[in-house]
Amino acid sequence: MRFMSFVTSAHAGPPTAELIEAMNKLADREIRAGRMVDMGGLTPVAMGAQVRIADGKLSVIDGPFVETKEVIGGYAIMEFRNKEEAVASAVEFMQLHKDFMPDWEGTCEVRAFAGP
Amino acid sequence: MPALEATFLQTWSAAMTVADAHRTILAVWRIEQPRLITSLARMLRDVPLAEDLTQEALLAALERWPATGVPEKPGAWLMATAKRRALDHLRRSRMLERKHDIVAWDMEEEQQAMPDLDSALDDDIGDELLRLIFTACHPRLSHEARAALALRMICGLTTQEIARAFLLPEATIAQRIVRAKRTLSESGLAYETPSGEELSKRLSSVLEVVYLIFNEGYTAARGEDWLRPQLCNEALRIGRVLTSIVPHEPEAHGLLALMELNASRTAARTDAGGEPILMLDQNRALWDQLQIRRGMQALGRARELGGAGGIYVLQATIIACHAQARTAGDTDWSRIAGLYAELAAVVRSPIIDLNRAVAVGMAEGPEVALVIVNRLTREPALKGYHLLPSVRGDLLHKLGRYEEARAAFEAAAALAGNKREHDLLRRRAAEAADAAMSS
Repeated sequence: MRFMSFVTSAHAGPPTAELIEAMNKLADREIRAGRMVDMGGLTPVAMGAQVRIADGKLSVIDGPFVETKEVIGGYAIMEFRNKEEAVASAVEFMQLHKDFMPDWEGTCEVRAFAGP
Repeated sequence: MPALEATFLQTWSAAMTVADAHRTILAVWRIEQPRLITSLARMLRDVPLAEDLTQEALLAALERWPATGVPEKPGAWLMATAKRRALDHLRRSRMLERKHDIVAWDMEEEQQAMPDLDSALDDDIGDELLRLIFTACHPRLSHEARAALALRMICGLTTQEIARAFLLPEATIAQRIVRAKRTLSESGLAYETPSGEELSKRLSSVLEVVYLIFNEGYTAARGEDWLRPQLCNEALRIGRVLTSIVPHEPEAHGLLALMELNASRTAARTDAGGEPILMLDQNRALWDQLQIRRGMQALGRARELGGAGGIYVLQATIIACHAQARTAGDTDWSRIAGLYAELAAVVRSPIIDLNRAVAVGMAEGPEVALVIVNRLTREPALKGYHLLPSVRGDLLHKLGRYEEARAAFEAAAALAGNKREHDLLRRRAAEAADAAMSS
C-alpha cells in the first residue's frame, strides 16, 4: 500500500541541524530498505500563493499571508504492507523531532492513496 | 524503563484488540528486523541462528509490549533482548570452545554500550545484509526454499504470511524453512560471503529468486486471483535493497527496472470483477507514472553501467517500450521484436521465441508470426504451456480462421491453471465460435 505522510506545524523557523541530520539518515535508511519511493520538501508558505473560493468568489492571494496556521513543510511517499507499518514509521520519524528539537510541536498525517 | 515514556500502543489500547496490538508490534519489529538479524549474524557467525533469535525477540515483544506499550526506542529494546538471547544461547551450548568465549565476551562488551536510536540510524549494515541475502538465496537450496527463506529473512514475513502468499499450508512452509536452515548449517554455509567473480555468479541465483517471487504474484500460476500484489511488493522491496547494496551490478538495476515497469500496470490489469485485461486493452491512464519513472531510472542506471545486453536489462527495455507508448497503437513493435531476438541470442528459451512471435505478429502481420508459432508447437518444453495455444488462437482469429482459433483457445483454457485466465480463454473461444458461425 502506498502512503503519503506530511508534517504540519505552527512552529516558525527551520529545524535544527541535528534534526535535519537525523531525518536525512532516516530517509537514507528508508530508501535503502526500499520503502521510500518519493519525497520532497516545500519552500516557506510565504513564498507560495493561494487560489481560493469563498462566498462564490474566486481569488488569488500571493504570500506572505496574514494568518499563518499550521503549514505543510514537506512530504514522503512510502510503500508499506499495511497502515500499522505506516504509523510505526511515522512514530519513528516524529520521535526524532522529540529527541532533537524538544520544543517543537506538530502533526504527521499518514494517508493511504485511494485506489487499488 | 522510565515510567513517563510515551507509548503509542497504550494511547490506542482502549480501542485496540489483541490482533491490532500484534499487527502494531509486528510493524515496529519489521523496521528493526534487518539491523537485528545482521548484528546477530555478525556476532554469532551464523545467519540461520541469528534469524531464530531475531524471531525470539519478536515473541518477547509480543509478550511484553501489550502490557507496557511500545518502548520509546523499540530498536534498542529489541536489540538488547536479542543480544541477551544470543548470550544465553552461547552459554547453554555445550561446545563452549575458546572461540565462543571470545564471541561471548565481545557481546558483553557490546551490550554495555546500549545502542540509542541515533547510532541505530548510523549503522551501515550493507555488507551484512548482502551476506544475509546470499545465504538465503544459496544455489545449494531449491528455488522454493530460497523464496521462503528470502521472504522470511530479508522481508521479515512470518511463516503464516508466506504460506498465505504462496497458497500453501503453513506446515509446508515451516518445514521448508527448517530444512533449508539445516542444509545451510550442515554444509558450513551459515556464514560466508562470496566476493569478486563468485559474487557476480552468485548474484544471478539471487536475482532469479527475486524474479520468481515477483512472478508468483504478478501472474499467479494458481488460485482464484490473477494477481497477488503482496508478493510483487516484497520482490520489489528486495530488488530496491539489492540495488543499494550492490550498486555496481547492472543486472540488479535491470531486474528492478523490469519489476517496477511491470508493476506499474497493476491497477490496469484487472477489471472491477478481478478479470484480467490484456495489455493492449488496458486504460493507460491507470498506469502508475511514479513507478514508471522509477523503472526508467533503474533502467538508465543499468545502461550507464554497461549492462544493456543483460537478460533482465533487455526484458526491462522491452517493457519500457510499452510503458512509453501513449496508446497501444504507438507501440514500437519492430523494436520489441528486435529486442526479443537479442534476448533469444543470450538465453535460448522457447518462451522468448513465443514472445518474439507476438511482437512479429504486431509488426509484420499474423501470417509471419504464425509460421514461428507453428514451429514452436513441436517444442517439448512448451507442451503444457497455455500461452502457446492462446497466442496461436489469437493469430488464427486475426487471419479469419475462426474454427481453428476456437480449437486453439479451448486447448489453451484446458491448460491454464489460473481460474481467471481459464475463464478469459473460454470467452475468447466462444467469441471465435460466434465469428465462425456468422462468417
